[in-house]
Amino acid sequence: MRKLFRIYLEKPELAGIALLVLLTVIFELRSDGIFLSAENLRGMLGLLPEVGLVSIGVTVLMICGEFDLSVGSMFALMPVSVALMTDRGIPFIPAMLLGLTIAAAVGLVNGFITLTFNIPSFITTLGMLFIVRSLTVVVTGGFPPLLSGDLPIGIFTQYVGPGGMIRASFIWFVVVAVVAGAMLGGSNFGNWIRATGGLLDAAAAMGVPVWRVKMTCFVMCSVLAGFGGTIQVFRLGAPLPSIGDGLELQAVAAAVIGGTALTGGVGTVLGAVVGALLIRVIDNGLVLSQVDANWFKCAVGGLTIFAVVANSWLRWTARRIKVEG
Amino acid sequence: MGAPLISVRNLHKWYSSVHALKGVSLNVFPGEVCGLVGDNGAGKSTLIKILSGVHQPDRGEIRISDRPVKITSPKAAMKLGIETIYQDNSVVPTMSIARNMFLGREPLHFAIAGLGLIDHQRMRDEAMQAIADVDLRVRSPDALLSELSGGQRQGVAIARAMHFKSRVLILDEPTNHLSVKETTKVLAFVRSLPAQRVTGILISHNLHHVFESCDRIVAMARGEIVFDKPIGETNVDEVSEAL
Repeated sequence: MRKLFRIYLEKPELAGIALLVLLTVIFELRSDGIFLSAENLRGMLGLLPEVGLVSIGVTVLMICGEFDLSVGSMFALMPVSVALMTDRGIPFIPAMLLGLTIAAAVGLVNGFITLTFNIPSFITTLGMLFIVRSLTVVVTGGFPPLLSGDLPIGIFTQYVGPGGMIRASFIWFVVVAVVAGAMLGGSNFGNWIRATGGLLDAAAAMGVPVWRVKMTCFVMCSVLAGFGGTIQVFRLGAPLPSIGDGLELQAVAAAVIGGTALTGGVGTVLGAVVGALLIRVIDNGLVLSQVDANWFKCAVGGLTIFAVVANSWLRWTARRIKVEG
Repeated sequence: MGAPLISVRNLHKWYSSVHALKGVSLNVFPGEVCGLVGDNGAGKSTLIKILSGVHQPDRGEIRISDRPVKITSPKAAMKLGIETIYQDNSVVPTMSIARNMFLGREPLHFAIAGLGLIDHQRMRDEAMQAIADVDLRVRSPDALLSELSGGQRQGVAIARAMHFKSRVLILDEPTNHLSVKETTKVLAFVRSLPAQRVTGILISHNLHHVFESCDRIVAMARGEIVFDKPIGETNVDEVSEAL
């Protein structure tokens, strides 16, 4: 028992993985084997990268002790900007780079205001949620711009791999996840992110550049949100200014379900991926089990609360039985 | 006694309108343990935060081995061989022993512009070695600091400071929140610093602790040094009087 708690403390995402396995089995049984069929997996893995990218960014930012509620709005602003730019004749790659720059700029502003005025990022980015959403609607004039048909969006959307099982976006997602995971778990910068969120004063006293660490995480989070939204728009073919509404909370839910602590310092990229996947699995599994799809938000909400309660209970118990003995 | 290792001359520090240090001058000699006492707000924390690079003085000079230095950051202080152990925030509870031990100074496989991948094996091995060097026993370098007792945490901070071969070790109220047994152990360690060729500065509000482990006692009040004598030439009553 002690050993289990010890493992849990060192790898908080394991609880999420266990839940993922459990739900997969349940849905597989309830859907008479459709859940794990190639066709269904293909659909699910095609959707995962979009919210998955956002979850990774939000998770890393939460680990360094900050929040970003503006990711849902950023999810719309970048693709809409890219669509508008390509519509006005700017080539695809410069338009993408400019779009990413806009996302980075929003992240910079989030970080700069939060850190300069020393206010909770919850408030800064809540304001930015409204501002960015409003900007998105304003620049489109209320009408979604057209996504020109000759853009090379296939590098994100086309089906690849054996039997066309996965979309290219999934590969982008895996690459981002692996790089982010290596950064957080294996690099000195990742060590600084954890320390900054774990105990700011201790990190600063050891010479960790906490200001730069937080700024970088804000920018990274915003860029990943914009990128995720752009991939979704390319898949749907329609840059709606309303996409990503409410996504910020889904991303926080994914992070928390994956074992990220709201207080900072604890969490992993794998946890973010597991959390995002769990949300997709619930969404898809409920439909396949012929449950009214409106239960989806209820299930995600319940799971989020359950995850936080379970995590805090596990941490409390682990400390109480003194695993170090 | 020879030349001082650290020499502080006429140091001033203001926090907006509060004059926290009013022309403090202090010499710390190599191989001694200097006890710094004083009430809350006397300026001892400000003084050591300046020495450890967290704050910058508004006026005054700091010399180390008779060379004027500017301690602009915690990193700069560490480069000068000054390590600081704070009362309860010198380690990150959510991180492992090994990660804490090398925080900000991780051994890397390679580095581009100061960023690179950590050599985990080396970090864990050296962490265990450093822990063993200060007579501490822990299960594994992967154990989280939050799993450890207050004394063990302080032990990790001490092991870190000793591992990086500090010349000067500043301990800011290191025995706060520790049990009696753990306190005894930390004080014994402080007393052993000269034997390990490390100069120590112990900040404490407990005069008995200072008398037990230091060579010299310096008292501060209202931003000034009001008392400075070798331990052998004074007693607890005299220092209490000065405060």
